[in-house]
Amino acid sequence: MEALYLLIPLSLILVAFALWIFFGASDSGQFDDLDGPALRVLQDDDR
Amino acid sequence: MKDMNAAVALPCWHCGQPAPPETPWQATIDGLPRPMCCPGCAAAAQAIADAGLAGYYGSRTAFAAPPADDAAPAGALYDDRMTDGDGVFTVEGIRCAACVWLIERRIAALPGVAEVLLNVATERLRVRWDAAACRPSAILQALRAIGYTAYPYDAGRHGARLERARKVLFRRLFVAGLAMMQVMMYTVPVYMAGDAPDPEVMDADMRALMGWASLLLTLPAVTYSAWPFLRGAWMDLRRGLPGMDVPVTLGIVAACAGSVASLVRGSGPVYFDSITMFVFLLLGSRYLELNARRKAAGALERLQRAAPAGAQRLLAWPATREVEPVGAAALVPGDMVLVPPGQAAPADGVVAEGETEADLALLTGESRTRRMGAGDTMPGGAVNVANPVVLRVTSSARDSTLALLVRLVERAGQDKPRIALWADRAGAWFVAILLGLTLAVFGAWQAIDPAQAWPAAVAVLVVSCPCALSLATPAALAAATERLLRHGVLAVKPHVLETLQRATHVVFDKTGTLTRGRPALRRTTILGEAGADACLQVAAALEGGSAHPLAQALRAAAGAPAPAATHARYRVGEGVEGEVGGVLYRLGSTAFVAGVAGGPAPPDAADGSSAVWLGSRAGWLARFDLADDIRPEAQAVVQACRRRGKTVMLLSGDAEAAVRTTAASLGIADARGCQLPQDKLDAVRALQREGAVVAMVGDGINDAAVLSGADVSFAMGRGASLAQLHADCVLLGDGDAGLRPLAEAFDTADATLRVIRQNLAWAMAYNLAAIPLAACGLLGPWLSGVGMAASSALVVLNALRLRRD
Repeated sequence: MEALYLLIPLSLILVAFALWIFFGASDSGQFDDLDGPALRVLQDDDR
Repeated sequence: MKDMNAAVALPCWHCGQPAPPETPWQATIDGLPRPMCCPGCAAAAQAIADAGLAGYYGSRTAFAAPPADDAAPAGALYDDRMTDGDGVFTVEGIRCAACVWLIERRIAALPGVAEVLLNVATERLRVRWDAAACRPSAILQALRAIGYTAYPYDAGRHGARLERARKVLFRRLFVAGLAMMQVMMYTVPVYMAGDAPDPEVMDADMRALMGWASLLLTLPAVTYSAWPFLRGAWMDLRRGLPGMDVPVTLGIVAACAGSVASLVRGSGPVYFDSITMFVFLLLGSRYLELNARRKAAGALERLQRAAPAGAQRLLAWPATREVEPVGAAALVPGDMVLVPPGQAAPADGVVAEGETEADLALLTGESRTRRMGAGDTMPGGAVNVANPVVLRVTSSARDSTLALLVRLVERAGQDKPRIALWADRAGAWFVAILLGLTLAVFGAWQAIDPAQAWPAAVAVLVVSCPCALSLATPAALAAATERLLRHGVLAVKPHVLETLQRATHVVFDKTGTLTRGRPALRRTTILGEAGADACLQVAAALEGGSAHPLAQALRAAAGAPAPAATHARYRVGEGVEGEVGGVLYRLGSTAFVAGVAGGPAPPDAADGSSAVWLGSRAGWLARFDLADDIRPEAQAVVQACRRRGKTVMLLSGDAEAAVRTTAASLGIADARGCQLPQDKLDAVRALQREGAVVAMVGDGINDAAVLSGADVSFAMGRGASLAQLHADCVLLGDGDAGLRPLAEAFDTADATLRVIRQNLAWAMAYNLAAIPLAACGLLGPWLSGVGMAASSALVVLNALRLRRD
C-alpha cells in the first residue's frame, strides 16, 4: 500500500511527460495527416 | 437509343471508363499494349510507364481519375512567385494508396527536388526543392503528365483558419481524453472501496491522495480543454441569452467546486471522473463536426476553382475578337477579357463594350440583377446573365475571386437548419428550467436535510443530459453532410436534409440534367447501298475540322480517326460539302443534300431528334438521327424518387416533342416543354401554393430563378456556375455518375431525420426519468455521472451511424 504514495505522484509526472511529448508531436505536424500513413505502409519501395 | 459502340467497349486501362473498340489510343505498359479511352489517359499512362513506375497499376485498388482536359493555370507564372524552394500544392484525383506512392516517387525523381510529402487527408503535396535546379512549373508539369491536376496552394483561399481550429481542438480533445483515462485510474479504487471509510480497505490519507491527484489532472481538462465552453458561457451571460454553454459550464464549475470542497473537508463525493468524461465527450462531437465542415469547405473550394479559374483574353481588341483562354490568375490590370453569358467575371473590371445584366447575389446579397453598360464596374465573381461583354481588367483576379471563395465557404458553414435552431431554442428553455429546478431542489433539501442539499443539486446538474439537444443534432447533421460529400453531393445550405425529407415533388430540367447535354448519334438509317459504318466514316471525315456539337457527336460515334476529306467547304446553316476518296459528298440539311442527291427527300423521324443527311451524286446515302442522350442512370434515379412516393415532373425549355420522348422513355407522366424560365418558376410556385414541397434539379443559366424558387434545389456540378450559386446543393459527380448522388441524398435525408428524432425522443425520456430521481436524492453522484455520460455516448454513437453507408 505504501508504495502508492510514491507511485501516484510518479504517474502524474508520467502524464505530464506524455502531454509534453504529445504537444511536441502536434507542433511538428505528426497529426496533420491521419489517413496517409495507413496507405503508405502498404507500398513497397523496392520495385 | 444508345451509343452503338457501348456494347463491345473495353475499360480504359488507366481510368476504367469504356474505351472505344479498336481504340487508336494505347500505351505500352510492362511490354504489353493496353487500351486507352482518350489521348489524355494514353499520355498519362505512358508517362507513368516511362518513368519506371508501372508498378502503380499492379498495386492500385481504384482506377485513376481521368485526366482533366481543360488547361490548368499556366505553371510558368508561379516560377517568379515561388522562389524560395519550398511550396505546397493542392493535388486532385488521389484515389488510393498507389496514387500516394506514384506521386511521391515521380516528384522525388525530378532533378533538384529535396523532399516530397503528400498529405492524404488534405490532398496537399509539400515539396522542397533547390531553387537553382528545379522550378515549380516543372513540378506542376510532372504531375499533369501522370494525370493529376495540381495547383499551388494558397493559404488565404483554403480554410486556413478552419485548419488551425481543427489542430487546436484536437489538442484539447487529446488532453481531455488523457485526463479522463488517468482520473478513472484513481477513481476506480475509491469506488471499489465503497462509501464507508474502512481503514482496512483504504484509509483517509490514501483517499485524499487519490482525490488530489485527480484534481491535478482535472485542472488542465477544465482550464485548457473546456476553455471554449467557459468562454462561450461568459459571452452568453454578458449578452443575457443563456445558450447550451451555460449549463455545461455551470455543471462543470459546480461539480468542480463541490468536489474541491469535499476534498478539503475530507469527506463527501468527488466528481472529477464525470467532469473529465463530460468535457471529452463534448469535445469529441465538436471535433467530428469540424472535420465534416472542413471536408465540405475543401470540396467547395475545388468546385469553385474549376468555375471562374479560366478567362478569355482578347488578343487585339477592338481590331479582332480573337480570344485566347488563360488562367484567371494570369490576368493583369489593363487586359481585355470577354465574359460570355452564364460565366462569372474573372476579375474586377470596367465594361468596355456591350450591355448586360449582372447577378451580384453572392457578392452583395442583392437578389435583383443589375444593368451594366459601358463604363460600369463589374466586380470579379459577378455573374453575367444576359449578353457577352468585354471587360477591361482593373485588378488582378487573385484579389477579387478570393472574396467570392471566402463567401461561399462561409455560407456553407453558417446558418443552422430549422431542426437545429429548434433544438437550440428548446435547449435554452431546458437550461432555464433546469437552473430553476436545481435551485428549488437545493432549497427543498436545505429545509429537509441540509447535508443532502449540495450533492442533490450537483446530481441534478450532472445527470441532466442536454447533450441530445446541444450536441447530438449537430453531430448527426455533420455526419450526414460528410456522407453526402462522400457520395458526391455538396450541401451548401443547411436546411437541405430536412426539406428533402419533406419534399413531395421532384422537378427535373431536361437538357444537361436528365440528359447529357450534348447530342449523340441515336440511329443511322441507311438510304443507299453503303453500310452504316462506311457512311459514318464519310460523315466523320467531312466534319473533321468542325467544332459544332453535331459534328463532334458524329466524330465520336465513328470512333477511330477517319480519312481526311479534301476540298471541304462549309455552308453556314446548311452543311458541309467535300470529297472523300475522290467522291463528292454533301452532309447537312435536307435541302442542301437534295441539291446533289436529287430525288424526293426521304421522310424525317418524328421523335424530336435532329436529322443530318448524307448524299452524293449517286443519291441519298444515310440519315443520322442525333439527339441529346438520356443519362444512363436517369431511369434508376427517377424510379428511386417515385419509390419514395414523390411525384416526378419534367419542366424543360426544349421543344415539346423532344421533351415528350424523354419523358416517355423515363416514364414521367407530367412533362412540359417550351417552358421559359418564368414559366418554370410559375409552375413551381403553383405547386407550392397547393402545399407541395418542391425539390428542383437543374443545370443551366435559365434554371437559376427556379432553383432559388424551389424549396430545395440541386445543380449539376458541370453545369453553369450561375445555377450552382443559386442552388442549395451541388451534385459533384460527372460522367455516368452525374445524377446518381441524388438518390443517395434522399436516403441520407431520411436516415438523418430518423436519427435526430430518435435522439430527441431518448433525451426526453432519459431526462424525464433521471432528473426527478436525482432531485429526490435517489441517484448517487457517481451514478449521475455515469448516466449522463452513457446517455451522451448513446446519442453521439447513434448520430455516427449515419457515416456508415
